[in-house]
Amino acid sequence: MKFKLKNENIASEFVAHIEKITGENAKRCYQCGNCTGGCPVSFKMDHGPCQIIRLMQMGQDEAVQEANSMWVCVGCMQCYSRCPQGVSAANIFEGLRQVVLRKGEDHQEIEDIPMPLLKGAPQQALVCGFRKFVS
Amino acid sequence: MPRIGVFVCQCGNNIASTVDTAKVAEEMKDMPGVVYTADYKFMCSSPGQESLKETVKEHKLDGIVVAACSPHMHEKTFRKACEKAGLNPYKCEIANIREQCSWVHHDETKKTGTIKSIDLTRMTLERLKRNKDLTKISIPITKRALVIGGGVAGIQAALDIADGGRDVILVEKEPSLGGNMAKLSETFPTMDCSQCIMTPKMVEVELHDRITLYTYSEVEKVDGYIGNFTVTIRKKARFVDEDLCTGCGDCWNKCPFKIDSEFEHGLTKRKVIYTPFPQAVPNIPVIDKENCPKIQKDKCGACALVCGPECIDFTQEDKIVTEDVGAIVIATGFDLMKNSKFAEYGYGKYKDVINGLQFERLASASGPTAGEIQRPSDGKVPQSIVFIQCVGSRNEEKGVSYCSKICCMYTAKHTMLYKHKVHDGQSYVFYMDIRAGGKRYEEFTRKAIEEDGAMYLRGRVSRVYEKNGKLVVQGADTLSGSQVVIEADMVVLATALVSRDNAADLAQKLGVGYDKHKFFSEYHPKLKPVETVTGGIYLAGTCVGPMDIPESVSMGSAAASKVQALFSADMLDREPITAEVAEATCNACWDCVTACPYTAIDRTEIKNRKGEVVSMVARVNKGLCTGCGTCVAACRSKTIDLAGYTDEQVYAALNAF
Repeated sequence: MKFKLKNENIASEFVAHIEKITGENAKRCYQCGNCTGGCPVSFKMDHGPCQIIRLMQMGQDEAVQEANSMWVCVGCMQCYSRCPQGVSAANIFEGLRQVVLRKGEDHQEIEDIPMPLLKGAPQQALVCGFRKFVS
Repeated sequence: MPRIGVFVCQCGNNIASTVDTAKVAEEMKDMPGVVYTADYKFMCSSPGQESLKETVKEHKLDGIVVAACSPHMHEKTFRKACEKAGLNPYKCEIANIREQCSWVHHDETKKTGTIKSIDLTRMTLERLKRNKDLTKISIPITKRALVIGGGVAGIQAALDIADGGRDVILVEKEPSLGGNMAKLSETFPTMDCSQCIMTPKMVEVELHDRITLYTYSEVEKVDGYIGNFTVTIRKKARFVDEDLCTGCGDCWNKCPFKIDSEFEHGLTKRKVIYTPFPQAVPNIPVIDKENCPKIQKDKCGACALVCGPECIDFTQEDKIVTEDVGAIVIATGFDLMKNSKFAEYGYGKYKDVINGLQFERLASASGPTAGEIQRPSDGKVPQSIVFIQCVGSRNEEKGVSYCSKICCMYTAKHTMLYKHKVHDGQSYVFYMDIRAGGKRYEEFTRKAIEEDGAMYLRGRVSRVYEKNGKLVVQGADTLSGSQVVIEADMVVLATALVSRDNAADLAQKLGVGYDKHKFFSEYHPKLKPVETVTGGIYLAGTCVGPMDIPESVSMGSAAASKVQALFSADMLDREPITAEVAEATCNACWDCVTACPYTAIDRTEIKNRKGEVVSMVARVNKGLCTGCGTCVAACRSKTIDLAGYTDEQVYAALNAF
């Protein structure tokens, strides 16, 4: 990756918006990597939770939204429970998803979910799925 | 026949696990001269010492060998115990059967360790038999101290010694007190104005009855030894009569010649007759001899014309002053590394690439821009500043291997000062690690990032170049694994702290050690951090290595307390283990004089009754001699011997092996 860092990046409105709706402060993160280390699914992400926060700190709005990370996150909140700085990467992912979902992209209607899946999936997965895909 | 006691220590299991201490004691029993032997669990414990004292009295011992740990550990303890029992303390010798025996042998049968312990103890015993009663040397102390360097560490040391009721001579090479701290704008982590906390201390020094202040002066030569130093000080010609000058400023206002200001690190000019900064102490100007046309070619002299009290004297010359002192505190401070080593950052090539101290001056209310952050090239307020940390530090190839320790903190402070003055400005910091170890330091750097919005990027900058009026900074952020390019208005380099240019010279003048970076060496890095190997010479502040203000001040106070302790007695006791010259056989070859690293040997005349000089001999100054033994080895006629380690004793020990 190569970034041209500008003052506008650091003052990114997108990042400010995410911070506002989630109540998180990305600047608090000091990149220890505990979130990524403990995350059960970070190995499937384009960028681990701490890297997504790093990209936010650097005002790289597009890279943050393009990554699959927010969709891979299962919302188990382990990242938050371990964070020494009190930052919840899960919350941030939630906020990112909300922004994308409200644009009408990747939105799922409950009716569209096939019955066998609804019946067979564990309840936690359904809760998580609804939270993730149903805005 | 001597009456010697041998005490073998088990040191818990330290010795007893590989040495059969009972057997060692048993073997010693039959040695000629030995009247008592014992082995004991801990000889150094109170009961151990008590039994030693009792035995000395009961058996009327006239010498003892303690086979135990290294004499570095408990020689003093046992010698003191002997003294209390009425035995000359130098009749107690230690056989080291721990560090040099039990610890290095892992033979569980105890065979090797025991044999070696017996050998070592027997050798010590033979040496002891030839020991003489020695008494400590008493030398007088001059209760005045010299402090070299008038920065914050030196000032603190001088004030603490003077407040303790001792006279102090403070020597500063610049025209004013203050050192590097006087240049700073605010200080981390409390953000109090440096000059506001520094100048009262400077004035206190100036007004203190017990402090003699020599500014614009340097130490030329140091003779003597602990308690009795003679210091030669060069008072550089100021060309201004210090007694008459009122500091009115007419002269420097009139002076038509301008030179880059050293104090402002070239950000502005000063006159040829000048004080470095408005709050200078003393507020007496100096004429910069090299650049003054009156002194160089007898042209101008405008300052003398306007001077009311007529205190300018172009013919003044350097004065040499000698002072007698008993202790010396070295507090000569630091310099910044020359940035020219790092051409890739463009320091010197681009005006807007500056160093940390220059930024301090830009941010300082008394600085060239009155505290407004303006870039040097065109005076514009920078909208973005890139701070580069570790320039030269932690760079074994091109710079220095060590961490300069204060840069992380002052860079965080710089970003805050910048944000507080330029609200819409953005700072970027390239760092390797944020080292914020110290009270409220971590919180401070986090505040710079979280509240004042400094953008920290973890990585080094590889180059800085100019493009369309911007400084393009190309570096890396290893946290995101990306290459980063920033177009900045200004770049600030956190350059490595290094020792003063002349540190090695001064160290040699004073006879103290220094490391490969020319920082002065402490006697012991942990337990004797302000002492040097030379008695009576102490260290304070950044001449020892990079440190911040609180540490420098603590060291200044610590050095002062060492000086106070030294001055608390009228006479100083020194170990009697010194070289002795048998004058009858000295053939005056002076090899010893050349060999002595402490200049402790003098040439002395021997006169007959009529007062005529009949011969010359070497004589040892007991105050200076440390008992190193170099002269003994150098002496061809075997005229010099070392008390406590005479040739006779050493040969006896070897023969017993």
